[in-house]
Amino acid sequence: MQEFVDGLIASGALPAGMPTWLLYAAAMLVFGSLVIFVFALLVAGVTSWIERRVWGRMQSRVGPNRVGPQGALQWLADGIKNLLKEDIIPTAADSKLFRLAPYVVVAGFAASFVVVPFASKWIIADLNIGILYLTAVTALVVIGILMAGWASNNKWSLLGGIRSAAQIVSYEIPAGLSLFPAVLLAGTLSMQGIIREQGWAPWDWYAFHNPFAFVAFVIFFVSALAEGNRTPFDLPEAETELVAGFMTEYSGMRSLMFFLAEWGNLYVIGAVVTTLYLGGWQIPHVTDSVILTQVLQLGVFFLKAYFWVFVAMWVRATLPRVRVDQLMVVCWKYLVPIAFINLAGTAVTMVVLHEVPVLALPLRLGITAVALAIVVAFFRRVRYQLRRARPELYLSPVI
Amino acid sequence: MSITGLEVEVERDDGFETEEMTLNMGPQHPSTHGVLRFVIKADGEVMRKATPDVGYLHRSIEKIAEKVGYASFMPYTDRVDYVAAMPCNQGWAMVTERLAGIEVPRRGEFCRVIATELNRIASHLLAVGSMAMDIGAYTPFTHALRERELINELLQELCGSRLTFNYMRIGGCAWDLPPRFGEKAIEYLDHLEPIIDEYNALISFNKIYVERLASVAVISREEAIDYNLVGPNLRGSGVKYDVRRDEPYSVYPEIDFDIPVGTGEAGIVGDSYDRYMVRIREMKECCKIIRQCLSKMEPGPVIAKVPRNLKPKPGEAYVRVESARGDMGWYCVSDGSTAPYRLKIRTGSFAAMSAIEHVSRGLMIADLVALIASLDIVAPEVDR
Repeated sequence: MQEFVDGLIASGALPAGMPTWLLYAAAMLVFGSLVIFVFALLVAGVTSWIERRVWGRMQSRVGPNRVGPQGALQWLADGIKNLLKEDIIPTAADSKLFRLAPYVVVAGFAASFVVVPFASKWIIADLNIGILYLTAVTALVVIGILMAGWASNNKWSLLGGIRSAAQIVSYEIPAGLSLFPAVLLAGTLSMQGIIREQGWAPWDWYAFHNPFAFVAFVIFFVSALAEGNRTPFDLPEAETELVAGFMTEYSGMRSLMFFLAEWGNLYVIGAVVTTLYLGGWQIPHVTDSVILTQVLQLGVFFLKAYFWVFVAMWVRATLPRVRVDQLMVVCWKYLVPIAFINLAGTAVTMVVLHEVPVLALPLRLGITAVALAIVVAFFRRVRYQLRRARPELYLSPVI
Repeated sequence: MSITGLEVEVERDDGFETEEMTLNMGPQHPSTHGVLRFVIKADGEVMRKATPDVGYLHRSIEKIAEKVGYASFMPYTDRVDYVAAMPCNQGWAMVTERLAGIEVPRRGEFCRVIATELNRIASHLLAVGSMAMDIGAYTPFTHALRERELINELLQELCGSRLTFNYMRIGGCAWDLPPRFGEKAIEYLDHLEPIIDEYNALISFNKIYVERLASVAVISREEAIDYNLVGPNLRGSGVKYDVRRDEPYSVYPEIDFDIPVGTGEAGIVGDSYDRYMVRIREMKECCKIIRQCLSKMEPGPVIAKVPRNLKPKPGEAYVRVESARGDMGWYCVSDGSTAPYRLKIRTGSFAAMSAIEHVSRGLMIADLVALIASLDIVAPEVDR
């Protein structure tokens, strides 16, 4: 934010006489509240509608299409409905903790937006420990969920809370370990710093820097899904097993807050993946206008981040849920060792590339080509399945 | 133990005091398909015991039969198992026909078999779909319901209803097949067979799905026979028994079809995955049966001449039909009046329910959901 304010002062848009720290603080507060109250809420809300529409399409049904054009205001209607509902607190519940828990979850989700970049100069605070900060505040969500599970005084809620604690704490390890290859490559923990070290072209992205980084990128996405309680790791709220998991007893606005955090978190996952491994807001130089560049960067970043939100929806519509023990097996027997290997492998690759710099570009291009081949093969498979499924038959059922 | 399960067992092992948690699953629980209730003794996620508590859906259907008379009881049989109502219709019609010595016209038998097999496909689609949903995948469920919808349309054309058909009558069927019904049915089967493959690609061979079901809740061959499991649950345990083949009724002897059994392809014979795959394969067999019936049908009457006020001679009869949930027994005692003296319906879900307490020991709570779904328990069929 500082840079952006400096630029504005230099261009005379802001009064020059004021103390700069005051301007910085004011800019952060204004931008921060904009991000959290407008952007985050809007993204979470609209994501809920998009997810339901995407699900509808994938499940050959319609989805919400009544409120507003194509049902685009459904999330608003749901929000208002939930605000007007009775806020029930069970008699046997620990009412203080019960009321506090949703706020803790939302606080964890909102605080992570502090270091989520939007464009080269738009970020609430470019902390020099950005990644560590993110890991720390997302852990707040576990506390909130555990609190909700315990305070509800319901056995299903308790099981959900315990599952969630076990799951998130476990998956923070592979997720954390998979952050570090990018940190190693960039030499900084700052989110903007990591993006600046990458380029706009895919082969300049860290995901395609070396094979280890590519695997780390995949592991990070998988672990992030688990940390965000998304299918196939949605055990804490497994509907068919635990009713609604930790939020069984919640109603009205409080239950909505958990959903808000879940859908908002999806965007955070996408944003972090984009930042660390997919070049963030990097675009080729197109215009000299500062504002226009920022807007373009915001657009690119948002599209990249939202693509991963879409992938998460797709995964949710496709995969069943794993069991608790399988969840732990996946984490401790596969993801954690592989993440360690990635970390060591990235370090070794860096040393090798430092000694033989000629190898760097061919390696990147090669991995980009492999990734492209995987994507092409995947889409051919999807097309093949679609053709075999003969959707025209059930789009216009003859019977 | 009492069914409320409120007493607390305390184990003292090595100085630690641990308590088993008593969980009440149902009657309003999203995965218990209707109103089932289980009292679960759990040690964390691992169950010590899951005791089914049945009776929430008891509607005295057998007693109603003693009051309303033979012909009027037909609509009630739809409610015995509303997911697959045709076999129940058929069972009641058959037991009455045996008591009264009525011969069903050949075309009537074919109509019955076609309707029953279509209904069996619908029932299995619902079973495999809701099973996938219980494991956490929602898309297969909606896809299965989409295909079931088309069967409902077909059956609606046949008998005017989509769920509780009331299609069969004592002595035959209420109506002949409507015009072009055969072509539409063939069209639908041509559509369904590739869809089953698509469905397999979507969920049946999904790695997570197979891992969730393989070697989970194994019911061995002996246990299956001891617990009197029937239908796909029995065949899932590797016992090749099907009423349609072993005690043939109606036109089944003339029809060529396979009986899929569990082979333990993903784990152990008799696991949840076997029971699931048996249902998937049976759908294809149903398609075969319907095709053969449609090609073998000849014009003729569909219902025999039955006296308006049916009074079978005093005596008793027992018939078995292969319902979607297996061997369904109908035992009827006549005292020569217009209503049966006593009726007893033996259903597959009830037997499956009794096996749960034994099989559920040591499973995880998530596996119990898979077990209930793989046994394809329909709550009203348990209680009647």
